[in-house]
Amino acid sequence: MIWLNGRELDGCDGVTVAELLAELGVEPAARGVAVAVDGEVVPRGEWTRRAVAAGARVEALTAMQGG
Amino acid sequence: MSAADPLIIAGRELRSRLILGTGGFPRLETLAEAIRLSAAELVTVALRRIDPQAPHSLTEVLRERGVDVLPNTAGCFTARDAVLTAQLAREAFETDWIKLEVIGDERTLLPDATELLVAAEQLVAQGFVVLPYTTDDPVLARRLEDVGCAAVMPLGSPIGSGMGIRNPYNVQLIVERASVPVILDAGVGTASDAALAMELGCDAVLCASAISRAQDPPAMARAIRAGVEGGRLARLAGRIPRQLHAEASSPFEGLAEL
Repeated sequence: MIWLNGRELDGCDGVTVAELLAELGVEPAARGVAVAVDGEVVPRGEWTRRAVAAGARVEALTAMQGG
Repeated sequence: MSAADPLIIAGRELRSRLILGTGGFPRLETLAEAIRLSAAELVTVALRRIDPQAPHSLTEVLRERGVDVLPNTAGCFTARDAVLTAQLAREAFETDWIKLEVIGDERTLLPDATELLVAAEQLVAQGFVVLPYTTDDPVLARRLEDVGCAAVMPLGSPIGSGMGIRNPYNVQLIVERASVPVILDAGVGTASDAALAMELGCDAVLCASAISRAQDPPAMARAIRAGVEGGRLARLAGRIPRQLHAEASSPFEGLAEL
């Protein structure tokens, strides 16, 4: 089980960051996106290589309107 | 503003002295039109969870308008969260610039001075160009400058309150001492507030709600731009001193005896 943006995802332990982003409809080349796993930034260049362990908390963020 | 009087932050020249916050616009089309009429070159954005249902188009709108993104750390209550958010923003938007907000209280959204200073120091050490949203406390503004912030952004009044500049004397004191740009951030309600900020000697104004929540946001974008420009021109022109009694502008000499 992995936490993706606060939502539980089952049966996907060990998938890569890029695969999790695909869950959210985000292409690997997408601009304006950043990812943190357990409170650490995962640089864009590592998205296809970096496997996400069971229990990890993944935050996938983008630009929203804000002052 | 004319190209002859650019705003310079961290060595970068900006022709516009109005920075636009993108928060609160009802539609992206309205935001795009407000950007055009404000003539802003720099606009703030927040970083939030990707919503697969939402059209992923804010980034597109900003790119089409040719403006640069100034990400913020809005919603952070600790230095730790603000630093991590800034790191994520750098990754997402490929910019070292960050509008640093560390909020201490949900009701007033006032900055948490101690967390702000800690976060500012860490981010400067990590190579960020830090623009901190701060209270109108001249001592805190100086401390933020001392740790290497590229500008200081005192509030006029609480975020979104539209209460204008509650303590113009403090803003003046900040301007007097600062050797980095002073950007009036938060509290602007209408064009005259923006003009006053510039007349007090601020180098720029950052404005979101006054424009985005106005009845006609694009028209207010134009008005506040004019306020910023008028206030800047007045500051450079040098206003007359205030005095209690009148001083005739028509001569008494040569007055007819009627």
